[in-house]
Amino acid sequence: MSRISRIALAAAVSLCLAIAPQGAIAASLTLYAAQHQQTVDLLAKAFTKETGIDVKVHFGEAPELASQLVKEGASSAADAFLSANSPELELLSERGLLAKVAPATLAAVPPKDSGASGDWVGVLARENVLGYNKDMIQEAALPASLLDLARPEWKGRIAIAPTDADFLPLVGAIAALKGRPAALEWLKGLHENAMIFDDNEGVAAAVERGAAATGIINNYYWARLRTEKGADNTRSAIHHFAAGDIGALMNVSGAAVLKSSRNQAAAQKLLAFLVSKPAQEMLGKLDITFEYPLAAGVAANPLLKPMGELQPPDLTLKQIGDDRDAAKLLRDAGLI
Amino acid sequence: MSQLAGAIGVKTAGARAPAPLIAAASFASALVLLPIGYTVLQATGVDAHTAVELIFRPLVGRLLMNTIGLVIAASASSAVIGVTAAWLVERTDLPGRKIWGVLAAAPLAVPAFIASYAWVSLSNSLQDFAGALLVVTFSYYPLIYLPVAAALRGLDPGLEETARALGQSAWGSFYRVVLPQLHPALYGGMLLVALDTLIEFGAFALLRFRTFTTELYAEYRTGLDGPESSLLALVLIVLCVACLVGELKVRGGARYARIGSGVRRAGAPQSLGGMRWPALAAFTTLIGASLGVPLGMVGFWLLQHASAATSPVAPSLPLLIDATVASVAYGLAGAAAAAILAAPLGYLATRYPGRVSVILERIAFLAQGVPGIVVALAFISLTVQMIRPLYQSAALLVIAYAILFLPFALVSVRAALAQIPRGLEETGRSLGLGWFGVCRRVLAPLAGPGIGAGAAMVFVFIVTELTATLLLAPIGTRTLATEVWANTSSLAFAAAAPFAAMMLLLSLLSTWLLARRMDGAAFPTQDR
Repeated sequence: MSRISRIALAAAVSLCLAIAPQGAIAASLTLYAAQHQQTVDLLAKAFTKETGIDVKVHFGEAPELASQLVKEGASSAADAFLSANSPELELLSERGLLAKVAPATLAAVPPKDSGASGDWVGVLARENVLGYNKDMIQEAALPASLLDLARPEWKGRIAIAPTDADFLPLVGAIAALKGRPAALEWLKGLHENAMIFDDNEGVAAAVERGAAATGIINNYYWARLRTEKGADNTRSAIHHFAAGDIGALMNVSGAAVLKSSRNQAAAQKLLAFLVSKPAQEMLGKLDITFEYPLAAGVAANPLLKPMGELQPPDLTLKQIGDDRDAAKLLRDAGLI
Repeated sequence: MSQLAGAIGVKTAGARAPAPLIAAASFASALVLLPIGYTVLQATGVDAHTAVELIFRPLVGRLLMNTIGLVIAASASSAVIGVTAAWLVERTDLPGRKIWGVLAAAPLAVPAFIASYAWVSLSNSLQDFAGALLVVTFSYYPLIYLPVAAALRGLDPGLEETARALGQSAWGSFYRVVLPQLHPALYGGMLLVALDTLIEFGAFALLRFRTFTTELYAEYRTGLDGPESSLLALVLIVLCVACLVGELKVRGGARYARIGSGVRRAGAPQSLGGMRWPALAAFTTLIGASLGVPLGMVGFWLLQHASAATSPVAPSLPLLIDATVASVAYGLAGAAAAAILAAPLGYLATRYPGRVSVILERIAFLAQGVPGIVVALAFISLTVQMIRPLYQSAALLVIAYAILFLPFALVSVRAALAQIPRGLEETGRSLGLGWFGVCRRVLAPLAGPGIGAGAAMVFVFIVTELTATLLLAPIGTRTLATEVWANTSSLAFAAAAPFAAMMLLLSLLSTWLLARRMDGAAFPTQDR
């Protein structure tokens, strides 16, 4: 009922053409989150249970949230930001909007998976893969490299979600390793070939239904489908790109505390919680998210290819960039 | 409200409107201009060279082709369906035509993005242009059906009978006598279809049909929401305003509901003869596609297991209740806000008609041509930069709703106030009532029902509104629309179903109550 009265109050106030005050409640954190809604809801609940600190979540795509945080600057309502990918955190780090993460928190995960300046911490990682429909295409016919998908023979046989934040790091990685013109060419080829979806969930579901033969996704979308439908009923499978190929890139999901937050201690507590053993173990076992926990000694879901066997391309998170250029490339290629 | 203090006093015909009234009305109009003005201002931040490059890039060309192609096709197909349906209901001996009349108008209560969800979940192959045309046609043909049916009812049958007596065939008299008289209603309706097609977002996003609105959203999601996006928004606004001006020209002063037609008798219904059964079959198909598919598919998915694998939002009873409460609360607050913004405008227009009131009223009607996504994006930038306390607030969303649906509230407020003789207010004043007393004891009881009906209509629009809600909902707020969207955009159809069903229930129920209350003004073929 408090929501009704709050809205009614806000309405009344706005109608009187005054300005509604935004009251801040003590012992409450505002988190901008681009991670999976169900996962974040679970994490927030567990954190509140452990610390008594309430978490208000504002969901969005990571680039949208990062751009919002840049605009909001010093007066942002956000205390912490949980991004699904690294570039948005790099962007905020470049703009000097992030506070240093407590050393103990950073120490919980491998240094290469966190921000080089120590102002954001890696929480989870996902592998880029090619989902394919087993009835529509043989695994042998699938490409070794992500770059092959821009070739004419893939016309009409591939689905992508270019405005899903998971796609942008791939663009950044190609630009970093092969140069900007090559990245643009690749995107133009994809534009010719691909069916466009809103997000990775849409791509994974379309491949499963047979609406598209293949689709560029992060591994966990398929794992969720597979768990839901059971091995026998799943018509799609995933194809790992060749060792060291750009397509085998790992997307790192990380968290940061905003410098502008007035709840620094509580926000740091949230970050420490995210990489703590219990939280990471919960994430590793969760049949919703299927991402690789980054804390040392925490096993990933057995449905995933073990982290040790993955061979991502040789690239630092910094090199992948901050999405700004990747987004411009998408625009230049006509994908957005 | 203090602005209104001196507004409602004793005055004589031709008097100048009191300044506070003009100020209050101007404020409402200024609110409408705010997002448009801000978008224009932002777009001018692009230097000329870049602007030309951005406007003439291939993507914009394709969006224009997509959008204009669809707008033309949808208006044409809606016109054919709308006119045929109206003719069958109003002018023939089609069995059960009273019920058909109600059913033909009902799809207006089904939001286009729910219809889109239903069709997409029915078949993979419904995508792109064909899918978009199908969804838009079945969602918007009532915009032509309703005014054309009303016009047909208002026609003097004598003209048609004369034509028949002079030797015209049934078709000939329809084509040469009836159709020309339908032109204002028909063209006005077609332009409304065009306008709604231009501003629709959710339906096309689900169908993967790229228009200006979906493109603006895609850019926003990717963090590109600078002046370049405003430029794109500007192209969209220009197209919308062109439709709106066209509609205004075609229909002149007569807008929407026609009250009190003054025709003394209805024409004798034409016998369909052998065409009776094909006509019945066609009508059944139409209602099946426009009403049956959305309701049926939502019902179907309600019974399916909500696959956790693809649902961003797992449906649960507490969440459904929360979302419903939030949707209803925003609907009520937005409807009240729209009615309050409309009140001074309507009062000015009915009591002090003149150049000022016409200009202010036209500006308010401009809101109908501003897409929700443009208002939302402008408000986000504007408040984050300049009006910080409103940023991410519930109040901002309520204001956005009030602006978007101001025209609908204004139509009702105006009609309600116009029916109150000015003498009643003067009597009230002369008997010692203050302006507030006149409002409360004279205007409110008389105009209340009319204004309430307008507010109820705005309530339905808000409950089913997607775009502004999606972008402006305050932190932590989840409404029916945002939850349907989160799931449908991930193709998690079963998880979306409870939220969609609740939305349809609210919408159909309120529309039905409204139609009953308006006693046939919306569904005129019902028995009076």
